[in-house]
This record gives sequence, C-alpha cells and structure tokens, in this order.
Amino acid sequence: MAANEEAMKYVWEGAIPLQIHLHKSEVASHPAPPPALVLAPRIGYLPLLVPLIKPYFKDSLPPGEDSIWFDYKGVPLKWYIPTGVLFDLLCAESERPWNLTVTFLSLYLSFISFFCLRDTELGYTNLSFPFYLLLFLRVLETFYLQIHFRGYPSNVLIPCEGEDSAKWNFVNSLKEAAYIINGNCKNVMNMSQSDQEDLWTSVMNGDLDAYTRLLPKLKMGNIEDEFSRKESLSSPVSRQGGGTEIDVAGQVKTARIPVRLYVRSVSQNFENLEDVPEIDTWDEISYMNRPVEFLKEKGKCFTLRDAMESLLPEYSGDRAQTSGEEEADGSQETRGEIKLVRIQGIELKLEIPFSWVVNNLMNPEFYLHISVLVIGPQR
Amino acid sequence: MDSAGEVVNDGKITLEGFTVAARAFADKWKRHNLSFPPWSWIPLINRTMLKKEEGYLSLEKIIILSSLEESAEEESLDVTADWSEKEESVDLTVLVQNVEDEAHYYDYHIVYSASYMVPMLYFRGYSSDGKPLSLDVIKRDLPSSSVSLLLESKWTFITQEEHPYLNRPWFKLHPCGTEEWIKLLSESSSSDGCQIPVELYLVSWFSVVGQVVGLKIPREMLI
Repeated sequence: MAANEEAMKYVWEGAIPLQIHLHKSEVASHPAPPPALVLAPRIGYLPLLVPLIKPYFKDSLPPGEDSIWFDYKGVPLKWYIPTGVLFDLLCAESERPWNLTVTFLSLYLSFISFFCLRDTELGYTNLSFPFYLLLFLRVLETFYLQIHFRGYPSNVLIPCEGEDSAKWNFVNSLKEAAYIINGNCKNVMNMSQSDQEDLWTSVMNGDLDAYTRLLPKLKMGNIEDEFSRKESLSSPVSRQGGGTEIDVAGQVKTARIPVRLYVRSVSQNFENLEDVPEIDTWDEISYMNRPVEFLKEKGKCFTLRDAMESLLPEYSGDRAQTSGEEEADGSQETRGEIKLVRIQGIELKLEIPFSWVVNNLMNPEFYLHISVLVIGPQR
Repeated sequence: MDSAGEVVNDGKITLEGFTVAARAFADKWKRHNLSFPPWSWIPLINRTMLKKEEGYLSLEKIIILSSLEESAEEESLDVTADWSEKEESVDLTVLVQNVEDEAHYYDYHIVYSASYMVPMLYFRGYSSDGKPLSLDVIKRDLPSSSVSLLLESKWTFITQEEHPYLNRPWFKLHPCGTEEWIKLLSESSSSDGCQIPVELYLVSWFSVVGQVVGLKIPREMLI
C-alpha cells in the first residue's frame, strides 16, 4: 500500500553523515590525513563502508595487515548493529541540533548583532548568517568516529571479515526473525542461493526496488496492521467471551514480533538531552533480543507503550511514577521512567499502534531496533 | 496445565519453564555429578533493570588437560574441577600431571533464547594466562566423536558470537533443530509419548548437547 511504501522509502533513504578520523596512533604520515566524510545508510553496517573509507587513509598507514574496527569516543563499535541504531543510541542525545538550536541561536544572534552594530559605518553585512547556521546544524548531526586498521580488540569484539561477516549476520538475523514471525525458518532456508544473494545485495546497495521485488520470494508472514486489516463482520465470535480473536482453527491469535532493544540508563533526571553523560563501555547498555508477544484483541489497540511495558515492565505505565511510594521503613523509592524511545532516528509517541511501528519502521532483516533512554529507579 | 499455558510445548520451553528447569537441572547435577563443581544460577539483575526470575546457568573453570597421548578407541577427557569460588583466587587441584600437558580452562553458560524458545549453550576456552583459545584448539580438546558430529551434522555447529549479556565473544552451539530432537527424546523416553516434564527438560537437553562439548551426565540424572 502507498503509505507503507512511503515509510519504507523513508527508512531506506535515511542516512547519517560520518566524519571518520584515523586513530592518531596509526597515523604514519605527516601531516595527518584529513578525516573521511561519508554518508552512511541507516540500515547499513559499518564494515560495508570500508571500501569507501580506506582510500582516504591508505597512504598514511603503518606497514602490516589490516584488521579494521571503529570506535566512538573510545567505545569499540559493534559492527553488526545497523549504523542508524549506533547513532541513535550513542550520540544523538548530545549532538541532536534541535534542542540546542534555540539556545545557540540566541547566542549567535546576539554575537552577530554586536558585530553588525560595531561595523555599521563600514557597511558590513552578514549575508552568511543563515549559511553558518545550517552548517552548524549539519555539524551537530554528524557522527564522529575513529577508524583503526590495527589492534583489533578481539577480547571484546567478535571478528569481522568485511562484507562476508555482515552478510552472515544479516542472513542469521533474518532467519531468527522468520522463526519468530512464522514459527520456523523454512521460508529463508527454501530461498534459492541466488535469491538470498540478491536480497543481501539489495540491502547492501540500498536498492529498495530490488528488495521489494524479492520480498514475495521470501514469503515472510504478515504482521497485521490494524489500519489495513479489513474488519469482517462475519468473523468468528470469541468463544471465551473476552473479546479475543480466534481464527478458524480455534487458535488464539498471538503475534510475535522480532525486536532488539538497546537500553541506556541514567541515574538522574535531566532537563536537556545534552546533559546526558556519554557512555564509557557497552556494559552501560542493556541489550535485549526478545520478541514482543501480543494477543490480537478486537477493539483494542496494542500500542508502542504496551510493547514497551511488556519488554520493560519496571519502567512503564502507571506504575512508573517518579513521585515515589513510601517504603515500610519510610524511605522513598521512585520507580524508573522511560524518557525516550527512538526508532529509525525518530522519537516516537508511545500512543502509536505498535503494528504500524513494526510495519513501517523495521529494518530489512525484519527486526525492529528500538533505542531507549531510561532513568533508573532511585533509592 | 491447560494447552494455552503449557510450559513445555512441541519441544520448546517458555521463559518461566526454563527457570524451573534450570533449578531442577542444577539440583540433580549437584546430587549425582560429584566429579564436577555445581552449576550456578546467575540472575539477570542489572542494577537498573529488575527482571524477575530471569537468569542463566554457569559452570566455570573446568580444566581440561589436553593429553598428547590418545587412546586408540574413544578418547576420554581427563577432566578435573576447580572447586574455588569465583571471587577467590584460583586454587588448582590437578589429578594427572604430565609435563607435556597444557591446562585449558572452560566456562559453560546455558542461556535461554527468547526467539527460538529453547536453551542455548555458550562456552569459551582459555589458557592459564587468560588468553582465549581459538576454535581449532578447542576442537582438539573435544572427543573425536563429537568433532565428526559437528562436521557432519546440520544440527550442531559452533559459531563465534557475542554473549547475550556479557559483551564478549563466546562460542555458541546452534539451537537450530533443538525442538525437533527434544520431541524425539520425549517420544522415545515416555510410555505414552507425552511431553517431557519441565523438571527434566534441561537434563534431557544437556544429555545430548553436553556430549558435543565432552560433558557427560550420569544416568541417575535422567530419572
């Protein structure tokens, strides 16, 4: 349907500007090479960008064999996580332009007006103000990374052999997603080798048309969209009388949705996202690879909030009030709170129907990647 | 349990079932498998996220002495156990000392896969200086029967993947097909072909999977 296609286009065309510096310990040329500027597809993976990046640095490398890895402010990056997810999770808080715009704009305006007033008699005009503002905003959106060609941290990162590893990871994730949605991986296993190759190539190249053409061959089960489902007046009435939908086989319809959840927890509440501290290690992020299960109930809409509640029961819903409850010993305990839910770079309202989120914002391997920022329970 | 709430269904197990099965497995192991240290249940309590009753089983610092002399028929592993608590410094008890032997240490974790609804075995090997062992070296420590099983079987193969909770590379035994052979096991073991009771799920599972990594369980555990 048209709306779905629009959303898929948005997801596939999403890209993050990367500014990649060669780690200073590996610079063997003088002067040091300038950073590589690369536009990375959100749904892509860092190892796939290496052929684009390497030419920038090949003349500056010390002798030896390459074993390439990336880090963000000292944190080695997991190469099998889609680039957009890495960005949303690791740095978008402090470098999102929107929150800083108002603050900086007022500072900038006062700065400019000061100079304009000073130079009025010289006829100085600042035509470039909007340009610099745009440049500033662009700079804030950039994902600053460091690339290494030596010293692969194999104690923390699983090995990466470039495109082959990325492909293996993609196919494996696809199989897992298929198992969750269909109950088995047969649809992926039954795909011909060449079709599987073509599917991967379409993802690698960001070729949505090719991917869409190949999807019917994948035969992935449908995740029903409440908005697209045609309500049949003659649907079977629930035998249990609880409004639960039962299909002709008498089975209660439970949908299982592949979800990968990345949770960052901060200990204190904050007003501005840029006050959120940077992470030092991956141990500060809780990763959950767990399907969301929900009953398709007539008349009820399973929202993103419901999904978050099922994944993070300690943080969601009415139980999560930051004005705490009195404990028996008089101490106050405040439960945690979900501050931010970000998917494909969008901060979503939790009232949105979950099936819409899944159908429109999932990655090509049929996984929905959700980055969450929570405030941990206070004691 | 009614059909909607079955803890073990079709060879698969629910998260709640896994927790019960894990405790039962650890109990039986402790009682019947005295040549090994006990399994520990590691709860997934992150200081910020309290997850009720979720965790994994851990058996660590199992020493395998890779003997250079191999018997003609079945290789038996000289397995000794390190009884020390994790927090204390390592105190080795070695049964067989051979100048050419090299001590390899192994950690095993049984982790629940919410996607596939079956347990998965993660393991890693390291030498006494903590340096991780490669898969080639690990394969040499495995019984030759399981190495050929690994190479020929479409069900059991080992890949290097990130541990789901520890942010480190471990080796994983693939779960594909687990529910199929668990179903076969339950059909053959019980007279009326019923499901495996949840308390025996992990025991049955490990009776197969453990063999791949050279860990045998005594028959008493299967009762």
